[in-house]
Amino acid sequence: MIDRQSSPSETILASLPRRRRAEARFRIYGIAAIGIALAFLILLISAIGTQGIGAISQTEIALDVTLDESVLGLSDARDRETLSKANYRAVIRAALGDVFPEAVSARRDRRALMKLVSVGAGFELRNLVLEDPGLVGGTMRVWVPADDEVDMLMKGATARDSGRFSDKQLGWLDQLEEEGRIRSAFNWRFFTSGDSREPELAGILGAIAGSFFALITCLVLSFPLGVMTAIYLEEFAPRNRWTDLIEININNLAAVPSIVFGLLGLAIFLGFMGLTRSAPLVGGMVLALMTLPTVIIATRASLRAVPPSIREAAIGLGASRMQAMLHHTLPLAMPGIMTGTIIGMAQALGESAPLIMIGMVAFIVDMPQGLLDPASALPVQIYIWADSPERAFAEKTAAAIIVLLAFLIIMNLTAVILRRRFERRW
Amino acid sequence: MTKLTARNVNVFYGDAHALKQVNLDIRQNEVTALIGPSGCGKSTFLRCLNRMNDLIEACRVEGNICLDGEDIYDPAVDLVYLRARIGMVFQKPNPFPKSVYDNVAYGPKIHGLASSRAEMDDIVTSSLERAGLFEEVKDRLGAPATGLSGGQQQRLCIARAIAVCPEIILMDEPCSALDPIATARIEALIDELKQNFTIVIVTHSMQQAARVSQRTAFFHLGDLVEVGDTDTVFTKPVDPRTESYISGHIG
Repeated sequence: MIDRQSSPSETILASLPRRRRAEARFRIYGIAAIGIALAFLILLISAIGTQGIGAISQTEIALDVTLDESVLGLSDARDRETLSKANYRAVIRAALGDVFPEAVSARRDRRALMKLVSVGAGFELRNLVLEDPGLVGGTMRVWVPADDEVDMLMKGATARDSGRFSDKQLGWLDQLEEEGRIRSAFNWRFFTSGDSREPELAGILGAIAGSFFALITCLVLSFPLGVMTAIYLEEFAPRNRWTDLIEININNLAAVPSIVFGLLGLAIFLGFMGLTRSAPLVGGMVLALMTLPTVIIATRASLRAVPPSIREAAIGLGASRMQAMLHHTLPLAMPGIMTGTIIGMAQALGESAPLIMIGMVAFIVDMPQGLLDPASALPVQIYIWADSPERAFAEKTAAAIIVLLAFLIIMNLTAVILRRRFERRW
Repeated sequence: MTKLTARNVNVFYGDAHALKQVNLDIRQNEVTALIGPSGCGKSTFLRCLNRMNDLIEACRVEGNICLDGEDIYDPAVDLVYLRARIGMVFQKPNPFPKSVYDNVAYGPKIHGLASSRAEMDDIVTSSLERAGLFEEVKDRLGAPATGLSGGQQQRLCIARAIAVCPEIILMDEPCSALDPIATARIEALIDELKQNFTIVIVTHSMQQAARVSQRTAFFHLGDLVEVGDTDTVFTKPVDPRTESYISGHIG
């Protein structure tokens, strides 16, 4: 007989408190882990948010400009080219001179005064005139963007005594403010223009367009290729050493650092094939290389998740393998495939390293109009701005990050909604 | 008349010998029941008859199976045509996640059996009628088939199979997922169908085999132990293994 000090049930009872404590401890660890993760997330978002919120507004200065033909340097001709070549800066200078007559005499004062408004003020005035040439000769009040330093000062990001402004300049700004000539307006330029050396003129639309063209290329290439590869591997390929090798390679490719794909693109697409540098087409091709494994793996998983009974039913009726695949398995796997593809696209959208390798990091002011125009991309734009010395670019960087995050959240949300909506129970 | 003949059929799953030297004739317009304990090879044999085993890569079939005297394992045989002639109903009802109508219409559609919408409607209606389902679903032909009850789904699968006008219908434990009432309906249906089709049914229920079949084949551990008229097999089994199985001692 086995010698026991206590009966089995007593032993079990005695061990219960210990097990309960272990379980409670485990739960606390879990909650703590989630709590820490949440805290960091909140910290990150609030840090970016508070920084980026400033980019939504832009300080503007009101000037009463007189579009005098002689100041503009215009003769009689009123064609587009002459108008666009006219000297609008002189008009701005004259308008500033009207507000501060005492500052016009000294050349240094004039320069200091001109520094308060953005160099983009002349361009905006030109665009107004090009839209309506009838403005020439008249006088009107326009709100022009202030220089980024002024903007920073008005937003309180730079102190008055930081030494960036002379006392005279500070005085002028005070006077402008008193006269109601300074306002903080919605920064539409940030959402409607391309990159610029001047922070107050820089926008993200060019980068968004570049990202858009690159992603379209990426989708058009990687979706059909990926889905067809997955279908072949899942449905038609024999299981042997070669397909095993292919499978291992695909899984490995998914883990290859993106910069390697960038180097590959540089060597093959630019070096060997001689495609255009900095073009979203090439960027998209590189991103497609990167996204392909993701699409293939997601597609194979979704195809496998379709119950084999559906396929057997079709084949039992005399459908060919391809008919069974195209009529039944593939449509049922589609939501999963789309989810995987969207997640792959979201990854591609956030990728900067491969794009830098193929030259999409250039400073590009013009909006890309097509796949072959030189362009930048959202994450690369963030990288460029984060690298810029001007203080005002800090808030642009943060704002661009917010825009990128917003796009990513929208894409991932779409994926989640798709998955929820079409989720099937068999 | 013999419809299907199997001679010296051996099936291997990799190294496992699943069916050993099976010789079996299946007669036209009769119900042949395949019975035996789990893993005895009866479903494997059934799936040899329309070459569904081809889908399993490790599976190897040896021997001859002839449909109307023609070897169905001949390399020249077109699988699409073969499976159109030999339909199949599976263990678990597996309607496509489409409408009732589309389920029945799928087979005729891929084989091009209907030249017009009206003709297709006819095929669908008559198939559902022959499967005894039409009265229950006539108002919801457009409703998803997955919303039907289990028994209705299985009858839909039978309607789907007969819509292609096969010569033989293979049924792999068609009632194992159904309640007794649904089972009784399917059994009555099988009895009717044998006038037009040759039916081979795998079943775990000996009562079912006794009720619906004219001939019974008993499999055990990969061997075809005994085959004969159902009455004879159940009342005067020749082999002791058959006797102990039908009296409940093995399996």
